[in-house]
Formats: sequence, C-alpha cells, structure tokens
Amino acid sequence: MKTILFIEDETALQKTLSEVLRQEDYKVISSLDGEGGLNLAKLEKPDLILLDLILPKMNGFDVLANLKASPETKKIPVIVMTNLENLENVEKAIEAGAMTYLCKAQYSLTEILEKIKKILD
Amino acid sequence: MYPEKPPRQFNILGNCKKYGLSTWQCPQFLFLIMGAIIIASELTFYFLGNYYIEDPKIVILAISGLTMILFVIAFTITKGFENLAESNRMKSEFISVVSHQLRAPLSNLSWTIELIMSGRLGKIEASQLEYFKILKENNGRMKDLVSNLLTVSRLQSANLILKSKIFPLEDLLNDAIKSFWPYAKASNIEIKTNIEKNLPKVSAPPDQIKMVVENLLDNAIRYTQGKGKVTITIKKTGKNIYFSIEDSGVGVPQSDQKYLFQKFFRSENAMKRQTQGSGLGLYIAKSIIEKSKGKIGFESQENVGTTFWFTLPIKNQQGKA
Repeated sequence: MKTILFIEDETALQKTLSEVLRQEDYKVISSLDGEGGLNLAKLEKPDLILLDLILPKMNGFDVLANLKASPETKKIPVIVMTNLENLENVEKAIEAGAMTYLCKAQYSLTEILEKIKKILD
Repeated sequence: MYPEKPPRQFNILGNCKKYGLSTWQCPQFLFLIMGAIIIASELTFYFLGNYYIEDPKIVILAISGLTMILFVIAFTITKGFENLAESNRMKSEFISVVSHQLRAPLSNLSWTIELIMSGRLGKIEASQLEYFKILKENNGRMKDLVSNLLTVSRLQSANLILKSKIFPLEDLLNDAIKSFWPYAKASNIEIKTNIEKNLPKVSAPPDQIKMVVENLLDNAIRYTQGKGKVTITIKKTGKNIYFSIEDSGVGVPQSDQKYLFQKFFRSENAMKRQTQGSGLGLYIAKSIIEKSKGKIGFESQENVGTTFWFTLPIKNQQGKA
C-alpha cells in the first residue's frame, strides 16, 4: 500500500481528499502545518507529498526547500496544491523541485484523484 | 499572501504601473508634465517681461506670483487624480483579496458536494440527488464569478503575466468544442466549423486564449433561442489568423453595442433571456486579445444574430509575433 502525506491547513479539503484516497487503497497521513508535515515526511518517508503553500508555522516553499535539501526526502515526488495561481509561484515551486503545481479551485475531486493515481502508478 | 513592495516615490513608471493606468492618466507623470509647463511659462514670462517691462522688481514679483498660482493649480489637479487613482487601486485590491478568500471555501464546498454525490459515502436517493445538483450548479456559478473577478483584477493591476507560446488555434478550438458539445446538444444548437487548411500557428498565451474562445462559444450557445446554428471560421488574413463565431441568436440592440465590451455591462436583450452572468466575459476577452497584440470586434443585428471575431498574430520565422 502506497503512502501519501497531505500537508494542508484547510481541514475540509483534507478530509474530503483523504477519504477518497483511502477508498482507493492509499494510506493517507496528514498534517495541518508545515513544520509537522516536514517531520512526518522524514519519519514516514511517504511515496508522494501533497503540499499547500500557505501554511501555519512554516510555509510551503520552506517545506519544499527542506525536503529537497535532505538526502532522505529529496527523491519523494511533491505536488504543490494551492489557490495562488500566479505564474511566479508556479515557476518558483517547480524550480524548488516540485513535480507539478495544481490550482485546487480549477480541478474537481475526480480530476485531482486521477492526477495523483497517474503519478503513483 | 506575499505583500507587494511599495514603489519608490521617484519611480514614476513603477507608480503608474501600481495604479494600473496608462502613463497619460497617471498622477505622478501628469505632475511632472505640469512642472515642465510651469518652467516653460515662467521662462516665457521672464523674456516677455524683460522686453516690455522696465523695472526688474515688477518682473520678479510677477513671475513669483505666476509660479505660485500655477503650482497651486497643478497640485490641486494632480492630487484629485491621485485620489481617484488610489481609490481605484484599492477597489481592485479589495476585489482581489475577497476573491482569494472566497476561493478556499468554494473549493471545500465543491469537493464535499462531489464526494457526497459520488455515492462513496453511501447511496443517495434520486430526490436528494436533484437538490445536490442545485448545490453543485450554484457552487459552480460562484466559482466562475470569483475566477472572473480575479482575472479582471489581475488584468487591471497588470499582475496577469501573459506567456505567449506558439500553437495551432484550431486545436484549441476543437478541444473547446468537445467540452461544449453536450451543452450545445442539450440546447438544440448545431456547431459547424469552417477551418482553412494548412494554417500557420499563432503566437499568443494559450491558457488565456482558451478562456476567450470558451467565453465566445458559451455566449453564442447561451443567447440562441430554440433551434439554432453556430458557425466558427478560422482563416489566415495577412500577418494574422482571423477567428470568427457566428450565431443565429438574439443579437445586440444598436443602442447597447457601444457598451458591450465594458466591464459589468449586460445588454438589455441578454438580460431578458438570461439573468445569470456577470458582464465580465467580453471585457476579459477584449483585454486578453489586445494584450496579445490582436484585435476584437463584432457585428450584430437584433433577432438575426451576432458574429464575434478576433485576430491573433502569426508567429514569424524567428518564432516571435
């Protein structure tokens, strides 16, 4: 069973997407803030990380930089999921090592699920 | 959110950009021009005074008086402009902040509705499903409105960076038609295309052009009553690609035509038939096409139909538009 770490401070979004992912036989672990998320990533070494950008304690860009700087987590694919859809942020996240960048408001739950499945399979 | 750095006082072009105004409407630039006018009029007065008035004291006094009067006038005018520009900027910023804040709860709502409707949490009765569909539809309307407001506010504050790529416009159109096919069929509208063969590619921002094409297609279907036809043409005209979409819809009354591309404007004819809509789509379309170095326009006759058209530059041999 593959593990997905979901770092997102919106509890409602976390609940809905996690529910769907669990039903698709993924193990979902989650954190509501950046710092906790980073610790979980190092501890659990998930197969995929879904990362929001605006987060309490440590923002998504810093989490990404830390993940990519550490040898034990740098190979884990990271999908940045946020509503800040300006091009500057997209480029910044991709440069920092994110695999892709998704604007949550633009995609349905099914579309997001399909994208995640495609990356993990 | 990441706050913007305040532009420096002497960075006139930076300040103008902040207000999202053209240089000739920008308070700081106008103040500079006024200053130049004051200096020029003082010099003129000095030379004229020297020539016609013998006493230098009177010349000095008159020049000082003139300078003060002109300065006060210039200051009052530009201050007025600055207040106007500032309130305009604050309005855009307000729209942007509110829209951003609305986005998260709307996404939450949308995903939750989708999860319930999918039946993953348990079977939904047909009678309940009907009401969840209403929720979903209205959530979609709010999301569209917020998305349009954000685009407008970005276009106005010049924060929307348009990244041009080279792509075939006909491919973008075919994708749009595919996604609109069920809607057109349900509305009893036939979509016909008339695409010239071997068309060169265009140089434009594809994501934004997609928005324009989808908006024009949506309007053409939305404002056609009963059985109708929408014809889309793409052809080469000189250094441009010409795109047009002709419908057999309700048309735009002559008196409304000059306002059609204005922000929040909705034609009386459109309001009679469709109460939904923000009046932002065509404003966004015009801004995007003009920023992409193209032109946009329309011809319309009430109760006969409307043809919207736009042009986009063809990529040249160096790959630039």
